[in-house]
Amino acid sequence: MSAPLGSRERVLAKVRAALADVPRGEDPGDAPVPRDYARTHRQGPALDLLVDRLEDYRAQVRRVRGAELPAAVAEALERRGAARVAVPGDAPGEWFSRSGAEVLRDAPWEDRVLSVSELDAVDGAVTGCAVAVAETGTIILDTGEHQGRRALTLVPDYHLCVVRARQVVDGVPEAVERLDPVLPQTWISGPSATSDIELERVEGVHGPRTLEVLLVE
Amino acid sequence: MSSATFVGMPAFPDAARGATGNAQLRHNLRKATHTIRGKRGEVVEELDDWAGLREAGRAVKDRTLRHLDHYLERLEEAVTAAGGTVHWASDADEARAIVTRLVHATGEREVVKVKSMATQEIELNNALEQEGITAYETDLAELIVQLGDDLPSHFLVPAIHRNRAEIGRIFRERMGAWGVPAPEGLGDDPRELAEAARRHLRQKFLETRVAVSGANFAVADTGSMVVLESEGNGRMCLTLPETLISVVGIEKLVPSWSDLEVFMQLLPRSSTGERMNPYSTVWTGVTPGDGPQEFHLVLLDNGRTDTLADRVGRQALRCIRCSACLNICPVYERTGGHAYGSVYPGPIGAILTPQLQGMQGPVEKALPFASTLCGACYDVCPVAIDIPEVLVHLRERAVEGKRPGPEKTAMAAAEWVLDDPRRMHLAQRAASSLRGAVPRRLPGPGAAWTDTRDLPDIPERPFRDWWREHARGGEEQR
Ligand code: SF4
Repeated sequence: MSAPLGSRERVLAKVRAALADVPRGEDPGDAPVPRDYARTHRQGPALDLLVDRLEDYRAQVRRVRGAELPAAVAEALERRGAARVAVPGDAPGEWFSRSGAEVLRDAPWEDRVLSVSELDAVDGAVTGCAVAVAETGTIILDTGEHQGRRALTLVPDYHLCVVRARQVVDGVPEAVERLDPVLPQTWISGPSATSDIELERVEGVHGPRTLEVLLVE
Repeated sequence: MSSATFVGMPAFPDAARGATGNAQLRHNLRKATHTIRGKRGEVVEELDDWAGLREAGRAVKDRTLRHLDHYLERLEEAVTAAGGTVHWASDADEARAIVTRLVHATGEREVVKVKSMATQEIELNNALEQEGITAYETDLAELIVQLGDDLPSHFLVPAIHRNRAEIGRIFRERMGAWGVPAPEGLGDDPRELAEAARRHLRQKFLETRVAVSGANFAVADTGSMVVLESEGNGRMCLTLPETLISVVGIEKLVPSWSDLEVFMQLLPRSSTGERMNPYSTVWTGVTPGDGPQEFHLVLLDNGRTDTLADRVGRQALRCIRCSACLNICPVYERTGGHAYGSVYPGPIGAILTPQLQGMQGPVEKALPFASTLCGACYDVCPVAIDIPEVLVHLRERAVEGKRPGPEKTAMAAAEWVLDDPRRMHLAQRAASSLRGAVPRRLPGPGAAWTDTRDLPDIPERPFRDWWREHARGGEEQR
């Protein structure tokens, strides 16, 4: 077994020796980085674009008004045949006010943690999100409000995600700006997929095989 | 169970001769590279600021490399502050020893793995196996490769050389030995095959307590790691186990969080030709109550500092492993990844492997010649690595102070044609008029060089410009 400190110093010394041509006193910030790229590509109205991109990934999308959300959740769960769903501990009760599905809350801060096998046994998960990127059809979860732990949206085979209009940005740079790197993130662009077999796209490998989005305007 | 290895593989021309004779491989490769290439073209076209993004990507990576010591120390500090532990490995031996020790410390005998070039480079699976630890590859293609006791041939679609019938057979015959067997009567439909993989791996994801990964990016100022993937096996490995060990090359750093706004646009579009890959995971150290509660980052040198010391060659360290240069390369398309005899195939492999491993062996010396210098790889590279420039530089290094050996002959043959635009033009014309009728070859001494493959379609202008700019000077020195 090698002494960790020795290797650290050796690697750093080799890096410094390799960079003998970099002038002493040059600050990392002195190396120029041109930022001649766009914050947004103005490819269309953000909400329309998001819907278009999500559908392109074969996610199911429905646009609803705020007041219609409980009915839309109920309808989606019923259509899916989801009788038991896992949700983050802080998910609004109102979301499920019209649904007959059994709602299992995962609230680690109250010592109510759904085990992996419990998550494996539910019919789906319902969460909110942190940010959605219209241009790329990406929904980003950061374990913040209404999102819960990462495992919640990973183990169940169905993910119903509530996206609010104010959470939608045009492009990737705006999303990166809004995110707090300290929080664990999952960037989701459509259901899991593979093209490993003769490049034929197959939706659904290990993550939820069905992603459904309710876009609240 | 033993894993295949690249050690002792024949040098490029020999291997290429074998590969080009395999019609199935050529068919698969052609279909795959052309499909991805087309998709990439469409989604890159969609962004009118691609050139600006590419330039920013190049510059961010150059800044990182020019001050790598500074950023490595920052990263270490940030990861440590976030509850992770940082280890340093000068070479593959040290990295293997660190990972093995960390796995032993957990008391576990099995680990799940997310596809990672760095762990392939250090041949981690073999080392773990010798220590009685089984590493399960969880990426579908890697699973196919592992079950088939085979070698990956492409970064992104490592099983690009296998068709559905072969994969079905491998699953039926081999899955049982590794865990949950293939379902009765499993056919060849990709959907069925993916379902079989899901069932085979699910139990491992839910039960295995240790995961090993790489990372696409490591953010120095926050300590955040980023892994891009498609299938969700990455999320499984990065979320469910109790211990996570990530082996990351020291060139994977980016200075700050906001730099991801560049790379999260460049990488998915360049690699899979998607606007965004299905899943990306970002984590920073350890988050109480969410994900692995123990995180180890192993920073890997293994020849990277030697590469950094070469002022021309160091640009290879900008590489973000998108594989766009593989998909566009006329040589790769005809030979496949295995012909390169190295973990990193294609144009980037031809410049990275000899630098990481040193130019001692025949494989490393031959690799810089595995190219026609057409420059297509440079055009598609999202971080603007001038691969032809590095190739020529390494060719010079390969023949420096040596009596004419096979590589000298190969180069002379290539030059006989390549150093004269008129001869090149004639060779191409001759080739195109004969296309489909007889194997295409360069005339004269060029035949020695093109013996193993078709003459690629070389864009005439860029090649000539490039040759005029770079090669003439080199010739005068000789
Ligand atoms: S060299 Fe450039 S094009 Fe090739 S894999 Fe690396 S980043 Fe991609």
